[in-house]
Amino acid sequence: MSTSIILLCLVVLGALAYVAARSRAMALAGGKPSALHSRPGYYGAYAAIWSTLPALIILCIWLAASPGIVESAVRDAFPDDVKAKTAAEQDLSYSMVATIARGMNLLTSDEISALGSDTAAIQAKLNGKGVPLAGEPQPFMIDAAKTLNAKAAGSRMIMTAVVFVLALGGAFYALRGIAPRFRARNRVERVMLWALLVASSIAILTTVGIVFSMLSEAIRFFAAVPATDFFFGTVWDPRFAGAGGSSFGQFGLIPLLLGTLYIGFVAMLVAVPVGLFAAIYMAEYASPKVRSLAKPLLEVLAGIPTIVYGFFALVTVGPFLRDLSAQVNGLLTGNYGNFIQAQSVLTAGIVMGIMLIPYVSSLSDDIITAVPHALRDGSLGLGATRSETIKRVVLPAALPGIVGALLMTASRAIGETMIVVLAAGVAARMQINPFEPMTTVTVKIVNQLTGDLEFTSPQTLVAFALGITLFFITLCLNIYALYIVRKYREQYE
Amino acid sequence: MTNIVSPIAGTISKAPERRDIGIKRRYAAERRFRAYGIAAISFGLIFLAFLLSTVIRNGYTAFQQTVISLPVEFTEKTIDPDNKRATDPSVLIAANYGALLRDALVKELNINASSRPDVRGATAMLSKSAPIQLRDMVVADPSIIGKTVNVTVLADANVDSANKGQIDLAVDEKNRKVNDKQLGWMNELKANGALFKEFNTGLFTHGNSSRPEAAGLGVALVGSLYLMLIVLVLSLPIGVGTSIYLEEFATKNKVTDLIEVNINNLAAVPSIVYGLLGLSVFINFAGLPRSAPLVGGLVLTLMTLPTIIIATRAALRAVPPSIRAAALGLGASKMQMVFHHVLPLAMPGILTGTIIGLAHALGETAPLLLIGMVAFVASAPSTPLDPSTALPVQVYMWANEAERAFVERTSGAIIVLLLFLIVMNLGAILLRRRFERRW
Repeated sequence: MSTSIILLCLVVLGALAYVAARSRAMALAGGKPSALHSRPGYYGAYAAIWSTLPALIILCIWLAASPGIVESAVRDAFPDDVKAKTAAEQDLSYSMVATIARGMNLLTSDEISALGSDTAAIQAKLNGKGVPLAGEPQPFMIDAAKTLNAKAAGSRMIMTAVVFVLALGGAFYALRGIAPRFRARNRVERVMLWALLVASSIAILTTVGIVFSMLSEAIRFFAAVPATDFFFGTVWDPRFAGAGGSSFGQFGLIPLLLGTLYIGFVAMLVAVPVGLFAAIYMAEYASPKVRSLAKPLLEVLAGIPTIVYGFFALVTVGPFLRDLSAQVNGLLTGNYGNFIQAQSVLTAGIVMGIMLIPYVSSLSDDIITAVPHALRDGSLGLGATRSETIKRVVLPAALPGIVGALLMTASRAIGETMIVVLAAGVAARMQINPFEPMTTVTVKIVNQLTGDLEFTSPQTLVAFALGITLFFITLCLNIYALYIVRKYREQYE
Repeated sequence: MTNIVSPIAGTISKAPERRDIGIKRRYAAERRFRAYGIAAISFGLIFLAFLLSTVIRNGYTAFQQTVISLPVEFTEKTIDPDNKRATDPSVLIAANYGALLRDALVKELNINASSRPDVRGATAMLSKSAPIQLRDMVVADPSIIGKTVNVTVLADANVDSANKGQIDLAVDEKNRKVNDKQLGWMNELKANGALFKEFNTGLFTHGNSSRPEAAGLGVALVGSLYLMLIVLVLSLPIGVGTSIYLEEFATKNKVTDLIEVNINNLAAVPSIVYGLLGLSVFINFAGLPRSAPLVGGLVLTLMTLPTIIIATRAALRAVPPSIRAAALGLGASKMQMVFHHVLPLAMPGILTGTIIGLAHALGETAPLLLIGMVAFVASAPSTPLDPSTALPVQVYMWANEAERAFVERTSGAIIVLLLFLIVMNLGAILLRRRFERRW
């Protein structure tokens, strides 16, 4: 029975248990809900929980565990000469077995017995069914595939039986326990509380998942490439292995990190002044009408997907800067050659800076408006102009908060992907000319992981090392920003 | 600050002069400062307007497509010369449908059929997908063979660009994608009413294609729909559950503190890191298929959760304590108070936050690239486990194509994406307006 049908049956069973328990509770109470401890629906829910929850848990565990158990059983049955081979070859054999097993499920039993153990015929037959085999199957694989199918079918049958027994048993147990004084509501609420607790632990699980998944892959990478070569290497040249046999190329983080910081720096050069002045104007000068119009409009910039900015940089801004530089160069030297590349630090930085404007302006706006009015009134009362008040009183008071906001924005600039993928280029080099392309950590993560790949070579595993570096840099920036904001936030209260 | 007139110094005539100069300078500084603010806001808004207008200018033409309508004679001689289709239907699939189109075009334009360059130039005006269209027609209804039917087929992308006026005719003929002869034929066809622009339904129904005129967003739309459904179904209950637990039940201790800090940090983790998480946990560890909307949905769910949790907690906190007190006072249990009284009142705020989170997830590209949703998928997925792609990823894939026609498609896809975002955000705003309560 397929999993979705089992799930559907469980839902139906749960609904039936709900109805049965509810009516049983009402019958026991003689039709008066007031005679019951809880409202009738709670008795229904209690029975529904008993009939579905244990069955569901067992179903999930079974589905997660059984493929591994079946696999190891099938592998144990491999002939000894196969077992003697390397782990990678055994994996290859097993994946072939799995493919054959999958194809056999599409054949009728007559067809399978007709095929016997003629490997070539099986390959042809499976190809006809749309299941291509990577290579010539060996005779033992067909037996293994048959065992695999048999064991999988057996496991599925036992699972179905266990799940239904559990569901029915649970429903009976719950129905038997129902009595007018039975505290159904409390039981149901305890389950609900557990469900809420489980939900909130997902946040922690995500973090643990991020750290562990990346660490484990990064450790595999560092087993092949020394960590010092990665963190202090100045050359990024991940040549794909094969040409020189064991040559892995060089995985120097420094050029990528410099590119990331450089582009982020240019972006901040655009975003900080524009965002800050916009925030100051909106908080201090703008009439409520202008403010209510300009603020949401600026925030639209934050809502536009970054791929749109990336495309815009690639198609419009980059070529524009290139042509502009050619014109300027022509006017100055008479040589109409461009000195700004279409893909460059400048292009990516400017476009990313514009994307970041609303982050700076919204966060700073909140912080500036939080500065108490008494401070402004005092300064204005002493005869300062508004700009003097802002420069000498409001901004110094809001500074810690603004610094926190800027740090958060910077972490966003470092983690930004789509703009730099499209606008910054892929050349990993160390240079200071902003008109040339440079590349970033995120670009390299995307580059190393798009395409058809195996997760065994350093060329792909390095992406996880890059990822965890990125994660820790942005994490530190964010924690520091939160710390600054929290520390100075309440200084006026 | 120090140039305050001292009571003894200076004559009466001099003092106001000095002060006036100071005030002028200070007022000028004030005006400058104000101007900077206005300039900053204008810079942002002008850029926004520039970006949107560029995208729309480049992309609105993608919603129209040039087609050519031809009377095609489905001759039996070309399709099935040996009359074997009753016994071997595969001849219908293998037949040379390009020849039918060529003959129809040659007839329509009165070209000398023996002039091979002319014939080749003329057939180049039709999309390479046109023969497939004829094949599908014949396979669906073999009785068509022997008849002459008016068929509307897609024009080649270059003809489409020329028809939309996107090709610079001042360029020398050799360096142009459409030569003068083809332009002449185009005008001839146009005058006959055989070549015209119609609404580009293919943009919304076709899958990806290497030929711009046949490439569409169909797969991406279905994929994005699956993604949004999965994100909604998973992130709303989990997010609301987390918020309720933290806001209403959890006692302040180390564990809940840890969860809180965690959520704040998760909201700021770069999206590509979620892609790496999805790749190693869902694909490498759990063995789910690559390129599947299910994996994408799970990754985006984890990414959206912090947004929803933060919004939900704010909405729950905004419900006044008196409501809780009243519910508890009437004998409701704490769980009943939360689910029967607090949650319904907080619902508008929760839904607004959810829509904003979904809009964010809809536009997200980077994590989807890592789980393989950049695969070239030509047919729409029927389950969330089939390979698929998503709207922003389709934009990314088309952005990397060099042809002019793909620039138009990319901008068109961006317009569709932005329209979805606008609708979602408008929904959020309306919801907030409609249900906004003041206590």
